[in-house]
Amino acid sequence: MVLALAATGIVIAALLGEVFVPRAQESLARMRARRRRVPLPAELDPGRDRRAEARARLLLKSCVNDEEWEMYRDLGFIRVWSIEAGRPAGARPGTDATGDDDTAPDAGDSFDDDAEPAAEQRDPVWEALEELDDAAHADDDRARWAARFRREWRLRGAGAGTGGAKRPGAASGDTPYAYLIYPHKPILAYVPQTGRLLSEHCVEFPDETRPYGSERLPDSDDVLAKWMALTADEQRLLASANMHLPGRQIDPRQVRRDLWRLRQWERERARLTAAKDTRVRS
Amino acid sequence: MRPGHGEVLIAEGDVEVRAEEELLIAEFARQLDSGMWAAVPVTDDHSGRREAQMARSFSEVPRDAERVIFFPRASGGQ
Repeated sequence: MVLALAATGIVIAALLGEVFVPRAQESLARMRARRRRVPLPAELDPGRDRRAEARARLLLKSCVNDEEWEMYRDLGFIRVWSIEAGRPAGARPGTDATGDDDTAPDAGDSFDDDAEPAAEQRDPVWEALEELDDAAHADDDRARWAARFRREWRLRGAGAGTGGAKRPGAASGDTPYAYLIYPHKPILAYVPQTGRLLSEHCVEFPDETRPYGSERLPDSDDVLAKWMALTADEQRLLASANMHLPGRQIDPRQVRRDLWRLRQWERERARLTAAKDTRVRS
Repeated sequence: MRPGHGEVLIAEGDVEVRAEEELLIAEFARQLDSGMWAAVPVTDDHSGRREAQMARSFSEVPRDAERVIFFPRASGGQ
């Protein structure tokens, strides 16, 4: 009898041990870990990011145009005109030496959404719209969206609605559009004449070596990297980016507000420049 | 450009001095091999506007360029 009870007790103790010993070991290890002295990692230097951003701002200022630097300083973003869309009309395929666009329909012509004028085929945003349309052929909404913007592209190519500001040096008949560059946000393509948002181009410049525990560049370096890549090789940058419909990451209401702020800012800047010129002449 | 550091001077030299030019070429190649893009800030002769010019090899860097900026290669974001 006693022997049977002792055997049962041993079995119960062994079963309980299976359950409680691992838990006890885990608790002990956690307690030891809490007591261990952990050296401060380098990325916890609170001033490092601020110093990096200060250096990045100086570099940005030394590279971009004065107007762009002041825009970034005052508004927090930079507008860059599309180099591709701003090329002189005479240099485009489908145009002759006089700059007349042979592919642009006359006023009153009907526009066929399936027609592909040569000038538009070279346009990076146009090409991106085409790809989006192809990829989304099963999605009627996205296909309609792409078709609508292709139609607008063609209307503007024909000279419709081009009463707004143009890129300096752009010839008549161009179809200018521009980009807004925000730090660590997608590049936003839009039509300056109408304020219509075209697309978001999501692009990053990750440093895989993560020298300081992060792969993100300082804000101003991110802006400079986008600016350099856009002004140097717009096609290459847009090819690297993921294109999305506007409003995916940047709130369209914020963009409209920013565009309004940009107009006010440009007006004020022009007024100050004119006042300075008048003072110099007198 | 480096995360957490901003601008870092990698190398400097005079391209007219042979030894220094070789050093610059070697460093340029090393940066491109490590996956960086190279851009040269330039000023358009006609409009006077500043822009950048990508350089895929050292020979594409203008001889009178003051600096070449290396930055991480672009990739599609989320």
